[in-house]
Amino acid sequence: MKKRLYPLILLAVLAGFPLVVEDNYYQHLMILFLMWVVIGSAWNMIAGYTGQVSFGDAAFFGSGAYAAGLLAHHLHVSAWWGMAIGGLAALAVGFPFGWICFRLRGAYFALATLALNEVLRHGTTIAESFTRGMLGIMIMPTFVSKVPYYYIALGMAVVSVLSVRLLIRSKPGYYFVSIREDQDAAESLGIDTHFYKMLSLAFAAFWTGMAGSLYMNYMGFIDPHVVFSLHDISIMAILVGIVGGVGTVYGPTVGAFIMVAVQEMFRSGFFGLFKFLAETTGSESVRALADVLTKGHVLGFGLLVVLVILVLPNGIVGDWDKIKKKVFRIHSPA
Amino acid sequence: MAYFKVESLVKYFGGLAAVNGVSFEVAKGEIFGLIGPNGSGKTTTFNMISGYHRPTSGRVIFKGREIHHLKTYKICKLGIGRTFQVVKPLGRMSVLDNVIAAAFSRVNTMAEARELAQKSIEFCGLSHVRDVLAKSLPIAGRKRLEITRAMATQPELLLLDETAAGLNPTELIEAIDLIKKIRDNGTTIVIIEHIMHVIMTISDRIHAINFGQTIAEGTPVEVARNQAVIEAYLGTDYA
Repeated sequence: MKKRLYPLILLAVLAGFPLVVEDNYYQHLMILFLMWVVIGSAWNMIAGYTGQVSFGDAAFFGSGAYAAGLLAHHLHVSAWWGMAIGGLAALAVGFPFGWICFRLRGAYFALATLALNEVLRHGTTIAESFTRGMLGIMIMPTFVSKVPYYYIALGMAVVSVLSVRLLIRSKPGYYFVSIREDQDAAESLGIDTHFYKMLSLAFAAFWTGMAGSLYMNYMGFIDPHVVFSLHDISIMAILVGIVGGVGTVYGPTVGAFIMVAVQEMFRSGFFGLFKFLAETTGSESVRALADVLTKGHVLGFGLLVVLVILVLPNGIVGDWDKIKKKVFRIHSPA
Repeated sequence: MAYFKVESLVKYFGGLAAVNGVSFEVAKGEIFGLIGPNGSGKTTTFNMISGYHRPTSGRVIFKGREIHHLKTYKICKLGIGRTFQVVKPLGRMSVLDNVIAAAFSRVNTMAEARELAQKSIEFCGLSHVRDVLAKSLPIAGRKRLEITRAMATQPELLLLDETAAGLNPTELIEAIDLIKKIRDNGTTIVIIEHIMHVIMTISDRIHAINFGQTIAEGTPVEVARNQAVIEAYLGTDYA
């Protein structure tokens, strides 16, 4: 009974957050967190539940972002229209890709997603006349305040997590997990594995695309290296999933919170701690270390993943019982 | 019209003929044994029937309909279930969830699937391990899970691929009882088996193949006395 209340309490806290904390910086971080809940949940569906690991989530994220951006740029309509087609644009990319590439299994499929990511990044860079290439696309944000964006992101996060929850407890959910566990066995049980892999990919592409178009609207600026970024989007999506817990409903939520916090921690040099140390001691080596740490967030990600895989192979949500036992010494009744 | 028949099935892997012209007919309600030494093409024949391999030539006909060009999942929907010689449990799912996934091939809602799965689990005697993860089952349990899962797809024709291999004597008796029970329930069975005690006790008719070709067919007694079969299993000295 108590367990069922946790998500509701979390939701209440999230809904009240911008009313209590009016600081722009923290609101910004929370919007990023909510956006990553959406992307993480999407990745978790295709990779965590269906077992088709994607290294190319940025392909869908970027498609959504560019769909929104190009629409606003070329047709001068409000970028909010882009929100509606962002998800659909990602679907349009995902559908032919999945149709062809789901003939591949395991690592070969993962490599194909990586290729899709790179093809789109280079494609948008080269097609300057249409996408403005490396100049990027800039649109005027509709709202000055961050609060509306916050609630849109919250709404998307809630609906995406709920839809994962709903889907996973029904026929498609069972079929996704069956495909992950053994594709040949799944076929013999009457599962059209190609169709259900496409369905799972469609879910992932749609939500990742929606997150992309939200990003365009919120940040106001995109270029190919930002939205089709391999490590800042594709790998980050994987980390959100792995850290939180692959194949768990709330794993991506926990993972998104931790990853956004870790990313920000590195980016800001542990919230200015190292900069402060360097200034007070005046030491060149501390200054150099601070410099490396602020630029080396990818290194931090790598260390975190190694740690999580070693200690909590099922992620924080997946290994929650283990954490309770080891850290809090609470023994749940078996 | 035969209930189920395969007609001069041929399967080449590169230049090697794994199955080279096997034909047999199965009547509704019988237990039909398929035997042969290692590598004689039994499992390849099963794989062609259930759609994992396309036959190089030949036909598979189920209730008057050609099925050898259909995909595996469609063949399952038509009412042909199968088990795997090398068991394929859905490891990180519970036994119940394994069977529910199978039951979804016949029903759409969670409640119906659960009910169908429960029935299948009770029928096959796996109730005591219902909530255990499939990967933690011992081999006898995994073999039985294969059957339970296949039964949940409500097959009319069930292909059993060495479900008795690796079982101890007590488990063997239980397996034989289960197979008979499935047949008595109205399911036709084609079974591949190496354990002669099993195949001789339960089969109505037996079809023996060697090097991908038919060497004998008949009742268990006829086949056991057949010169070609004895030669294939024991060598020419004993024939």
